[in-house]
Amino acid sequence: MSTRRPSSLLRNPMAKLAAVPMVVTATVVFIGCSLWTVVYSFTDSKLLPRANFDGFAQYDRLWSSSRWIASVENLAIYGILTLLLSLTLGFVFAALLDQKIRGENVFRSIILYPYALSFIVTGLVWQWILNPDLGIQGMVRAAGWESFAFDPLNSPGLVMVALLMAGLWQGTGLVTVIMLAGLRGVDEDIWKASRVDGIPAWKTYLLVVVPILRPVFVTSVVLIGAGIVKLYDLVVALTGGGPGNASEVPAKYVYDYMFANQNLGQGFAASTMMLLAVLVIVIPWAVLEFGGKRRG
Amino acid sequence: MADVAFTPDQAAGRPARTLAGPVGARPKSRITAKRVMIYGALGLVSLYWLLPLWVMVMTSLKGMPEIRMGNIFAPPVEVTFQPWVKAWAEACTGLNCDGLSRGFWNSVAIVVPSTVLSIAVASVNGYALVNWKFKGSEVFFTILIFGAFIPYQVMIYPIVVILREIGLMGSVWGLVLVHTVFGMPIITLLFRNYFASLPEELFKAARVDGAGFWGIFLRVLVPMSLPIFAVAMILQITGIWNDFLFGVIYTKPDTYPMTVQLNNIVNSTQGVKEYNVNMAATLITGLVPLSIYLISGKLFVRGIAAGAVKG
Repeated sequence: MSTRRPSSLLRNPMAKLAAVPMVVTATVVFIGCSLWTVVYSFTDSKLLPRANFDGFAQYDRLWSSSRWIASVENLAIYGILTLLLSLTLGFVFAALLDQKIRGENVFRSIILYPYALSFIVTGLVWQWILNPDLGIQGMVRAAGWESFAFDPLNSPGLVMVALLMAGLWQGTGLVTVIMLAGLRGVDEDIWKASRVDGIPAWKTYLLVVVPILRPVFVTSVVLIGAGIVKLYDLVVALTGGGPGNASEVPAKYVYDYMFANQNLGQGFAASTMMLLAVLVIVIPWAVLEFGGKRRG
Repeated sequence: MADVAFTPDQAAGRPARTLAGPVGARPKSRITAKRVMIYGALGLVSLYWLLPLWVMVMTSLKGMPEIRMGNIFAPPVEVTFQPWVKAWAEACTGLNCDGLSRGFWNSVAIVVPSTVLSIAVASVNGYALVNWKFKGSEVFFTILIFGAFIPYQVMIYPIVVILREIGLMGSVWGLVLVHTVFGMPIITLLFRNYFASLPEELFKAARVDGAGFWGIFLRVLVPMSLPIFAVAMILQITGIWNDFLFGVIYTKPDTYPMTVQLNNIVNSTQGVKEYNVNMAATLITGLVPLSIYLISGKLFVRGIAAGAVKG
């Protein structure tokens, strides 16, 4: 291709002009800003960024902060459970919807609608439903079961359950839709063959269909994973990070240190750790997915 | 029952009609039990999924005394629209007491230019990437796609510095620029994949006819790409409307988008909590993306699928 069109800087000036926003975004924002943050994470910047280098001091402080460690642990728990539950639920829902049922569109719309909402809306609704006095707990108690206790928003051990309830409510629809599209692509003959052989449906799903849907699962994992790292709005709206540090997450640590606590260096170090974590996950995935595919 | 191996014809003493197709009662019962279970499971799932919407609507239509007494799932005994009026026009955030309407119009002022600008930039960009490749264009595109994986937290502060330098920090236009930049990877990918799927002859024929860069784009490609423009619009309008992080960082209280203002109204610690007003405000904020979702139907799903497609 490129041999046919010998490129020079003056050829197709319009095309190059059109690509300027992309080039600027890629180089200045995605590369430039990321590098800037990494570099300044080694400084003692407080209220304003200062190029006063301080070695790994910010990272020492970061990893000895109980709030940061709690944030990382919370995100790990939330991430693992979200990944497992939304893949499982998404697949089961898609399999249910794939049984040639009536009103499939209605069910699909119902499962998917929260995905159109803001995390702020989701967080505030669930905060209200989980209100200890007037929400589910209050209602069950008023109905006569006085000792009933379900107050995840005020119990450090259960607050992640509240985040999961809201997060899965919002995100499972997306996985369901992707899985359903995948299931529709599965060859009808596989079902005929397994029925002839008398293999139960659940076994066919688990041993035949799931392996066929591997690319769909990979796509889902990437999408869910991207959402997990971003987890911020939902926490702000639903729990505010509390009780105590029980639902703090890294993205909130970064925001609070940069914009509320006026400790930029800590924010830069924490965000650099987030970048590092993403790179550790994304690079092997990219090599596996795209590395082998580039034949020509 | 085991010895009744006859068809109805044989039982009546007539010769069997072997080619008459299946005979006897349809094996209904087994299928029905399975169906009941499937519908039952889907019903339960739907209940959990609809519950928050139900609670939101019901709470927003009740008066505070009724809320304090009772059951959040029960429909209102006495329907009142007062919470909606208050949420829209009177609810307070900090010093302003002109309700969520301020945030609503701020969000409109943010979403419209952001959507137009990001789609204009990304569609031209996708077109250039497919039909006017130049040395390095694929490299920049790859960086752009991988950039979509970088956590926003890594880039938010340097962007504050840049916006301060060019004098756009705290203004709506600064936020528009940020949305255009962060919407670029997915929207460019969307258009690039779509334009790449069109026959190349189209482009060549237009070139032979003497059309240039803009002529081909505006007169040949855009008119036949309206569905993909619709998908991009749905994706951008809902995404930007629902944004919270960028809004809270790059705008001031006067120009806060609706999501930020909503959070400030509901999660403010001062005063008595008015749950009905809060739920009305939450519902109003959710109404815009929700109506887009309900109206656009299949296109919304297509937008999501586009987000799922790999480059």
